[in-house]
Parts: sequence; C-alpha cells; structure tokens
Amino acid sequence: MVKVWKTINLVGEKIVGYVKEMGRMLLLLVDTIRWSLYPPFRVDLLFQQMERVGVRSVLVVVLTGVFTGMVLALQSFHATRAFGAETMVGVAVALSMTRELGPVLTSFMVTGRAGSAMAAEIGTMRVTEQIDALSAMAVNPIKYLIVPRVLASILVVPMLTVIADFVGIVGGYLTGVTMLRINAGAYVANMEKYVELNDIYHGIIKAAVFGLILSVIGCYKGYTTTGGAEGVGKATTESVVLATVTILMANYLLTAAMF
Amino acid sequence: MIEIRGLHKSFGALKVLQGVDLQIPKGKTTVILGRSGVGKSVLLKHIIGLIRPDRGKIWIDGVDITLLGDTELNELRKKFGMLFQEAALFDSMNVGGNVAFPLREHTKLSEKDIREIVAQRLEQVGLPGLEEKMPAQLSGGMKRRVGLARALALDPEIVLFDEPTSGLDPPMAEAIEDLIMETQQKLGETFVVITHNITVAFHIAHKIAMLHEGRIVAEGSPRVFRRSSNPVVQAFMARREEKEVQE
Repeated sequence: MVKVWKTINLVGEKIVGYVKEMGRMLLLLVDTIRWSLYPPFRVDLLFQQMERVGVRSVLVVVLTGVFTGMVLALQSFHATRAFGAETMVGVAVALSMTRELGPVLTSFMVTGRAGSAMAAEIGTMRVTEQIDALSAMAVNPIKYLIVPRVLASILVVPMLTVIADFVGIVGGYLTGVTMLRINAGAYVANMEKYVELNDIYHGIIKAAVFGLILSVIGCYKGYTTTGGAEGVGKATTESVVLATVTILMANYLLTAAMF
Repeated sequence: MIEIRGLHKSFGALKVLQGVDLQIPKGKTTVILGRSGVGKSVLLKHIIGLIRPDRGKIWIDGVDITLLGDTELNELRKKFGMLFQEAALFDSMNVGGNVAFPLREHTKLSEKDIREIVAQRLEQVGLPGLEEKMPAQLSGGMKRRVGLARALALDPEIVLFDEPTSGLDPPMAEAIEDLIMETQQKLGETFVVITHNITVAFHIAHKIAMLHEGRIVAEGSPRVFRRSSNPVVQAFMARREEKEVQE
C-alpha cells in the first residue's frame, strides 16, 4: 500500500512540475511579447537571428524536403498502381507536403539545428553570468536575447516551409514522372485540380506556430539553465525533445481546427 | 552613498541573508569580506537589483531600489559598472566589442568616438591594442582586466567587484589589486569589492565589513577592523598570519 501511495505521489509531483514549467514558459512568452512592443526595435539583432535560424538551415531543409517528396512519390505510386490511379501521385505528394510534412519536418530540422543552439548558447550565457552582465549593464536580456530569436523563428520557419514544399513537390515530380514514367500532363493537371491555395496557407500558419514553439522552448530551457556545463547539455537535450513532442501535439490540434 | 537596512534573502529553506545592515561610503573602496558560500555575491547582486530581497531596504543616493520597477531599475543601473567573478565577457564578441557594448547600447556616440574610448579604457587597464582578440584567447587575469575596462566604459559612479582575484596566481592577483586601487584613486568613484581573502581586503580597502551567517558582524576602517574582538574576525586574522608564516 505504501508503495502505491509513493508511486501516486511521485506521478503527482511530476505532473505538478510539468504544469509549473509550462506556466513559467507561458510567463516568458508574455514577457517576450511585452518587450517586443517597447522601443528601441532591434532590427539588426532580428536580421542576425534570421540569418542564423533561417539562411543556415536552408541546405538541410532542402535535402529533407526533396527526399521526403521523392519517397512519398515512390510509396504512393505503389499504393495507387493497384487501382490504376498513378496520376494521383502528384496530388498525394503535394497535399502531404503542404499540409503536414513541409511544416512539421522543417520545424523538426530547425529545432535540431537552431532551437538546440538557442538553448546551448543562452544556457552557457546563464551559467557564465553573461546574462547577469547584460542586466548589470542595463540591457534587458529578454529584449536583447529572446525577442529577436522568437520573432526570427516565427518569420523564417514559414519561409523555410515554402522551400521544403517546393523542393518536395519537385522531388516527387522527378521520381514520379522521370523514374516511374507517370504521364507528366495528368500528374500536374491533377495536382492543380486537387491542391488549393488554402492547403499551402494553412501549412504556413502551422509553420509560424511551430517557429514560436521551438524558439520559446529553446530560449526558456537556456534561460533557466543551472548546473554548469552538464546543465547546458541537459537543457539542450530537453529543449529538442520537448519542442519536438509539443510540435507534434500542436500539429494535431491545428489540423483538427483548420481542415 | 549606499545604505542597506535589514536585508533578508532565502532560497527555499536556505537562509542566506538574515538582516544585513551596512553603509557604503561614497568615493571610497568598501570590501565585504566573508568565507566562501556565505552570501557575498548574493549581497552584491542585491545592490545592483539583480536579486530582489525578501525583506529589507537598499537606498542608492537616497532612492529605495527595492521599490523600483524593471524600467526604473534599468535606468538606475546605468550608474553602475560591475566586474563579475570570471569576468563574464560575451564570448561571441571580441575584446573591443565587449568594452564598446555599454557605449553602443546607451550612448549615441559615433563609431570613431567609441573606438577611441575603448582604446583609452584598454590602455587604462594595461592592455592596449587588444581589441581584436577573442575572450577565449585571454588568460584569467587578462579577462578580469577587460571586464574592468567594460565596467568603466560608461564612467559609472559605483563599481562592483565580485571576487576580482579569485583563481589567479599571486603575482596576477596582486596586479589586479593594484589596478583596482590605482583606478579608484584616479577616478574617485565608489568601489564595492567582495572577497574571501583578507590580504586583498587590507591591501585595497578604505572600509571593511565582515559578512557571517547572514549578517555584518564587524565593520570599520582596516585599522579598526584589525583590532576587532569579534571571534570570526580573529579567526580570519589568525588564518592569515598562519599563511604568512608558511610562505
């Protein structure tokens, strides 16, 4: 009986801990929004972060997008060939990319590349007192460090998603039309017929939300780091795991709400 | 002048400050002495508003900083310069960028003027022409010097030092002590130094205050402090003499 109570206690403590952490994350988000509204507006820092989060992620996003598009074409070709609907492969690729895989895979890649870097960089600054130094020099660390990273992520993850959508569709076309010999005209015509602009818009909205999630989690984990180098490593890993899971949960909710 | 009255701070169950009363005179060097982990850094961070107290008051030139909001506190911090324990230089910027940082953030000076001030400050701390070096390329002592140059960049009225010589070899530690003393004499600003090293305290202080078990247990000029009958002070003095005999 004592063991059962202990287990319940432990589970309860864990849940309370998670809820508290979510509350603190939400407060950080509120602070970030508040400080983003106060001048001076640091466009230089925003562009610097857009370059770090966005430009430097282009290659990995292109590779992810093109191979995902190609494999989608391959898989849907085998599925549709059974009932002679090979020309629908393009539709399957385009809808999967624009609605789901484009935003989700892009935000995963950005989480791994830039979200983890945010946690590591801000975490190192925390444990080496650089964040205290910023405050001591009358520079608000949330405004200086977190606002540009969050705004940059909200802006560039949708841009990267558009790139992933495009190269994914091109990859699917190359596989479907060039390798699998599907009729090019019917392939494109079906895509035009069944894919709507709203599919792309909704994917872009999702990407902006995912950008917000991955950056807030990365910055929060870094900002609250304790325990030296080991703490920085822990914060970095936790930020990637938490952001990835949160993105998947948010993806389900957004899909349910939008489609 | 800085006046601290009845300052309390706990972290969870750990009571760090339990009613600190202290006056820090203007234009002098005050050293807060105490063994490691006694809460000296916590006290210093209260003075600049990096930590909010549970109870108690801190007046800086008559302004109670415990009542200030974030924006007002930020304004007040422009009066301060602070040298952190490991210097806390921004490792993404070179030395010049670090020293120029407060100038770029809080003044409208031209880049040419900023470069001139940075060069002056680096010369003042004995590191002329080091602007292009990255913090990772510097020794511990050099980092502290750059940290001091950055702390002095905006001509602050009050400069705080968190264990400025800890972890340095004796000649380097002495050089940093001399630098602190010379700078204070030249600028006439209020310096607050925390250290666990009584030799440092006697070397640079106009006033010494001893922090022990969350309270100031002894304070006064080095001469008065030396004659204190407080057992904690006596224990510190005895250990110092022991070390001197060993050396």
